[in-house]
Amino acid sequence: MDTLTIEGRARLFGDDINTDYIISSRRKRDSLDPHVLRQYLFESIDPQFAASVEPGDILVAGENFGCGSAMEVAATVVIGADIKAVLAKSFSRTYYRNAINNGLLPVICDTSGIAEGDRLVVTLGDAFSVRNETSGVGLTAEALSPVVRTIVMAGGLVPCFQNHGGFPDLPST
Amino acid sequence: MTGKTIAEKILSSKSDTDSRVGDVVICRIDHLIATDGSMPMTIDYFERMAGASIANAENTSVSLDHYSPPPNRITATLHEQIRAFAAKHGMNVFEVGDGIGHQVMMETGRALPGDLVIGADSHTVTYGALNCFATGVGSSDLAAAMIGGRIWLRVPETIKVDLEGATADKVHAKDIVLSLVRTLGADGAAYKSLEFAGSAIAGLDMDARALLANMSVEMGAKCGLFHADGTTEAFLKAHGSDAGQPVAADSDAEYCQTVTVDLSQLEPQIALPHQVHTVVPVSDAPDESIQMVYIGTCAGGRASDLHEALAVLRKAERIAPGVQMIYTPASRGILSQVSKDGSLAEFVAMGGIIQTAGCGSCCGTCGAIPGDGVNVISTANRNFKGRMGNPEASIYLASPMTCAASALRGRIADPREFA
Ligand code: SF4
Repeated sequence: MDTLTIEGRARLFGDDINTDYIISSRRKRDSLDPHVLRQYLFESIDPQFAASVEPGDILVAGENFGCGSAMEVAATVVIGADIKAVLAKSFSRTYYRNAINNGLLPVICDTSGIAEGDRLVVTLGDAFSVRNETSGVGLTAEALSPVVRTIVMAGGLVPCFQNHGGFPDLPST
Repeated sequence: MTGKTIAEKILSSKSDTDSRVGDVVICRIDHLIATDGSMPMTIDYFERMAGASIANAENTSVSLDHYSPPPNRITATLHEQIRAFAAKHGMNVFEVGDGIGHQVMMETGRALPGDLVIGADSHTVTYGALNCFATGVGSSDLAAAMIGGRIWLRVPETIKVDLEGATADKVHAKDIVLSLVRTLGADGAAYKSLEFAGSAIAGLDMDARALLANMSVEMGAKCGLFHADGTTEAFLKAHGSDAGQPVAADSDAEYCQTVTVDLSQLEPQIALPHQVHTVVPVSDAPDESIQMVYIGTCAGGRASDLHEALAVLRKAERIAPGVQMIYTPASRGILSQVSKDGSLAEFVAMGGIIQTAGCGSCCGTCGAIPGDGVNVISTANRNFKGRMGNPEASIYLASPMTCAASALRGRIADPREFA
C-alpha cells in the first residue's frame, strides 16, 4: 500500500473554528488566489498567525474544525500557506470533504495532548497514525474510507479526475 | 431488520441500493445549485477536471445572491463570468434581485419531496423543510457532480427531534431552533441527519420549517428533514410546483438519539456574540444597547418575519433614535408580497431601510456593514466574529419579534413587554 508522510510543527487552535475565522468571506470579494488570501489566514482570531506560519506547519484543533460556511477557500488558503495537514478531534463534514478534495489531509485523532510547536509526523500507510516527536506519544487516527483514501492518494479530486477520468471506483457493497 | 429513516430511504432510492447508516453510496442528483460565492471556484475546478459539459444542465442552477447587487467592479465582473459560463453550458441562473438561491429553489419547484439536491453552500439544507434530502458541499464536489451527475455520500445516522406542545405568545420558530442549538451544540449533529417529528409539527408553517431545516447546519447536520404533509402540498401547489414523491420514515426506523423539545416551556431566546450555540433566554440577556437591527437572510428574511416584526413595531410610533433597522427580503416573490400587503410601507414609515432581495448584509459581501463597536441584533443564522463584514461588531441572533422589540427600545428587549 502507498504511504504518505507529513512532518511539521504543531500550530494550536481551539474548538469550533469556523470557516469565516479561517478566512473572512469578505476577503473572497477581492481575490480567490490562495497565495494572496494566505496573508489573511485566521486574521479575525489571530492577526499574528499569517506572518508567523512556516512551510510544513500542521494545524491542530479541537472539535468541529471548519464549521459554518462550506466555502472552499477555507481549505485552499491553508494549502496556499504550505500547510499539508490538519489534525482535529472532529471536522465539519463540508470542511472534511473540501480538505480531501484539495489534497489537504484531515486527520481525526485525539489532539488534547499536543502542545504549540510540537514536532509531529503523520503517516498514512497500512495504518493511519500520528507520532509526537516532542512528547514521544503516538496516536491512532480514524481510518479513511476507501473512496476517501483513493482521492487523498491521488492528491485531491482534480488529479483523481485526471487519473481516473472521473470518480475512483467504489468498492462494491 | 429494522425500518429506515427518511435519509436512508432517499439515499437508497437515489443509489439504487438497499443502504443503511454508514454505507458509502453513489447517488443520482435531482438538482444542483451553486451561488455567486461558490461558482467562481466551481468553474475553476470544472475546467481543471477537464469538464466538457454539465450532465444535467437544465437541473443545474446558479444564484447571484451573495453580491446582490455587486458592490464593486471585481464582483460585478465575476457575475459576467458566471453568466457566460451558464449560457455556454445551458444552466439556469437566478438573477441579481431574484433573491437568495435557497428560497428561490423552494419557490420554483426545484427542490421537491423525495429529491436529492446538492448545493455548494452550507444552507442548502433548507429544502429539508420540503422533505428533500439537501446538503451542502464545496466547489470541487459540485464541479465533480456537474460533470458526472453523481456524488458519493455516506448514509448518515439520524437524530430524531420531537417537538411537542404549543408555543406561548411571542415565541417563534427561531426560539425553538436556538434552544435546540444550545442543547445539541455546534457539532451535536455533525455528519448526521436531523428528522423533525412530534405533534407540534402540524402547526408549523413552511417558513418555520424552512428556518428549522436551515439552522440544522448550525449543529453540524448533513441535512434537516421534515415529513411531507398538507402544509407541504399547499406550499408546492401555491407555487405551481408538482407534489414530488414524499418519503416517510418507517415506524420502526432506528435513531441514534432522540431529543424532545417541550414548546410550551420555551421563552424567547437569544444567541450571544460570537457563537450560535451560546444561547440564553432573552430575559437573561445582558442589557446592551443596539445600533443595528437586521431582518433578513435565508433564516429570517421571509414575509412572515417582516409581519411578525411589524406586530411588535406597531406598539410604538417609531424605532429608537440611533438605530438602523434593515429588511432584506429573501426573494423577489416575498418582496412583491410585502409590497402588495402594505407591510413594506409600514416598515419604512417606522424608520426602516430596505435592501435588494438576496443575502444582503448576512456575511459582509454586500449591503450595509456595521461599524466598529456596533451591536447588531439579527434574524440571521450566524453571528461569528466578522460575519457581517466587521470583526469589531458584535452580533446577537433572535426572532423577528425580539429584534423588533430591541429596535423600539434601542437595547436588547423582550418582545413580551410589548404584548
Ligand atoms: S443569506 Fe446568508 S446564510 Fe443564507 S445563503 Fe446568503 S450568505 Fe449564506
